Amino acid sequence: MREVDPMRSDASSAIALREGADLSGFRAAVRRLAAAGIPPERVIWSVGEAPGLFGAREPETEAPPLALPRGVGDLVTRVVPHRDPERYALLYTLVWRVLHGERRLLEVSSDPLVHRLERMAKAIARDLHKMHAFLRFRRVEGEEPERFVAWFEPDHHILEAAAPFFVGRFRSLHWTILTPEGSARWNTAELTFGPPGRREDAPAEDGFEAGWRDYYESTFNPARTNLAAMRAEMPKKYWRNLPETAAIPGLVRAAATRTETMIERVPRPAIKRDPVRAVAAMADQAPDSLEALNALIRRSEPLVPGATQAVLGEGPPGAAIAFVGEQPGDQEDRQGRPFVGPAGQLLSRAMAEAGIVRADAYLTNAVKHFKFEQRGKRRLHQNPTAGEVSHYRWWLERELDLVAPRLVVALGATAVLALAGRAIPVTRARGPAEFGRGYAGFITVHPSYLLRLPEGAKEEAYAAFVADLRRVGDLARTLAA
Amino acid sequence: MDEALAKKLRILADAAKYDASCSSSGAPKRTAGKGELGSTTGAGICHAYTPDGRCISLLKILLTNYCLFDCAYCVNRRSSNVSRAKFTVEEVVTLTVEFYKRNYIEGLFLSSGIIKSPDHTMELLTRVAKSLRRDHGFRGYIHLKSIPEASPWLIEEAGLYADRLSINVELPTEKSLETLAPEKNGAVIENAIQQIGERIVEAKAEKRRFSPAGQSTQVIVGADTTTDEALMRKSALLYGSFNLKRVYYSAFSPIPDGSTILPLKSPPLQREHRLYQGDWLLRYYGFTPDDVADATEDGMFALDVDPKLAWALKHRAHFPLDVNRADREWLLRVPGLGARAVDKIIRARRHTRLRLDDVARLTSGLKRARPFLIAADYHPGGGLTDRLDLRARLADPPKQLSLF
Repeated sequence: MREVDPMRSDASSAIALREGADLSGFRAAVRRLAAAGIPPERVIWSVGEAPGLFGAREPETEAPPLALPRGVGDLVTRVVPHRDPERYALLYTLVWRVLHGERRLLEVSSDPLVHRLERMAKAIARDLHKMHAFLRFRRVEGEEPERFVAWFEPDHHILEAAAPFFVGRFRSLHWTILTPEGSARWNTAELTFGPPGRREDAPAEDGFEAGWRDYYESTFNPARTNLAAMRAEMPKKYWRNLPETAAIPGLVRAAATRTETMIERVPRPAIKRDPVRAVAAMADQAPDSLEALNALIRRSEPLVPGATQAVLGEGPPGAAIAFVGEQPGDQEDRQGRPFVGPAGQLLSRAMAEAGIVRADAYLTNAVKHFKFEQRGKRRLHQNPTAGEVSHYRWWLERELDLVAPRLVVALGATAVLALAGRAIPVTRARGPAEFGRGYAGFITVHPSYLLRLPEGAKEEAYAAFVADLRRVGDLARTLAA
Repeated sequence: MDEALAKKLRILADAAKYDASCSSSGAPKRTAGKGELGSTTGAGICHAYTPDGRCISLLKILLTNYCLFDCAYCVNRRSSNVSRAKFTVEEVVTLTVEFYKRNYIEGLFLSSGIIKSPDHTMELLTRVAKSLRRDHGFRGYIHLKSIPEASPWLIEEAGLYADRLSINVELPTEKSLETLAPEKNGAVIENAIQQIGERIVEAKAEKRRFSPAGQSTQVIVGADTTTDEALMRKSALLYGSFNLKRVYYSAFSPIPDGSTILPLKSPPLQREHRLYQGDWLLRYYGFTPDDVADATEDGMFALDVDPKLAWALKHRAHFPLDVNRADREWLLRVPGLGARAVDKIIRARRHTRLRLDDVARLTSGLKRARPFLIAADYHPGGGLTDRLDLRARLADPPKQLSLF
């Protein structure tokens, strides 16, 4: 608790702040008053006698900042724009009490002073919110780049507090906001405040206002008319600056009749005939051939970052064996074909050794786009996440349904995840598997895994991979029989 | 704006207005970068109010009101004789951007009648969102009403651009759907809602963008015979199992050119209001579905007292509660005390003993709260809490909420 200098306890002070929300002036005054130990009842606050918004303030003696709980500083910032002339006195009383034994005063919302200040802060928040909501820009005709001007009359001194919102929203536009107390201007790079404006300084109309009024009228439901609810949220004082409110009297007058007419009208049979065929055709929208599915995949956006093009599956429909890899790599992405890079070449070699004709098999990937990160000139492969794999799952399922292989081989963990719908460790599940969709399954490693192994381990792993592929070939033959 | 476009706007705004949700909330806060347009605020902003008291936050329109479906409650069903129109993708984009620049709206809420096929329709909706984001650097709010019958991959793509995806449950039971919306299928709708829900959860975990403001739905109230209790249980399921952000209740409202199988009447607005209150009890007041059911009579909320008061009147033995001592979960059960007031009470009573005047400064619902609470200087006395006419003393005066 701050000591009050007994010699000064009967001192008093007159503080003059500038018009509007003089946060810095108030802060400086509070520091001086608190340092001098002057209690709230001995301070006389006045506004407007100090130099105005754009004049210079006379230099004041600096007092050290006060250590106040954060909530107090916040509340001060929020309440200072209030137009109530008592605001500074109330806030200083709050600061004084917080400094003199009631450090956690703000937690007592039931305290009359806290209650009153909170209500003032709420009024400011509402005023800001309404300004953000109800301000309407009009385009200045003929100017390029386009420039917008708005006229608005806030209840409190909030222009400076309200402006950053418009910067964050309309950063790419040139705009000016005029109010009776000042103006704000944004030129796509810098925000400046200037002198008050007049309503006539804003354009008198805008090419989209009629359309906006049309929208306002059309979106109103006469059967739900509730004027009290409208006025509670959009008080009449705002109406004169809102172009759409001109429609209100007409809408209200006609509402009751419109509703009665709707209710009493005898239902009419449809004038148009029932579009039986169109409705039937609608049910049949799923792609019914590989070509249709591929066309759809090709024109869809990649669901992973990177990718210059979709890499589609390759091989004859009706192939006995389908191989599913993870995703296209750098080479595949450039050429637009699956399994043409180093891993693909290794797969081809292993297939040949295992007696599987590559041209007879169907090859595809769980994810149809190359996910990568650009590092200088290199495009570094990134594993697809589980969520991304599920994004692509629908296409894979449909693709395999259309190819209708007898056996589907999952190459590596991502393919397993896509086919089984859950993660299964490949090393443990290696061999025949069940993916639950009308075809037999088989799990083995991805050929790129072999490429990453250290030299000594490569050969053995490759032999095991070829052995897996032999089993795949045998299995496919058994299933055919 | 040329007259042809204005005419389409009138038709397609009129056709979209029966969808209750217009909220622009829930998106992560963001602002426009250099050369970009638009921001989101978290809670959303209502830019205007129409004389029905509802907020205009988004440009809520249909891409087209041509529709192959024939849902009896819907103004756009294929058998309705209303005027029809169809926007091009570019027209919707232009309207959104130009309205946005003038600060009329927070963004776009786009829905559509089903034309050609659900997939075709869904692709068009997605193209609008994509063009706004890609071609116009649009960072404002986009809500797409997904077509549940569309192929899953199209819904997945939509989630990359939209802030919120929603699918309307429309009618709470399979039976009502069969009768009133023959082309719709409850299982298909639930599957699509579930699919979106799963993608949202995954994307959050993987810090990717997918419908970041979550998903919402709408149920029509008063077109079938479903009780309030059944609606509340359905909502509890949607919030619990499907992770929905909001369920909107839309009182079935007269439409131009009504259907022969669904007679028109004044919308049950007070009932809709009570359902929203019940919904809040589920989400913010720790009421279980059974508690909410307990606030109904024969499955329906009373129209003259709010559900929380109805529950308290049935369970008077728990009251009065001492505001200076009761647990938060019990204070939340006191009629007239909102969740925010309860939090303030709990904070303040650490420093002071609350008197009735103090409580009056913390809530605007003291009249309803008084018989149910004890303060430092106040006790309602056994008499008040248990009075037989307490309900009558606290009930809303009879009034017609709907017209004027």
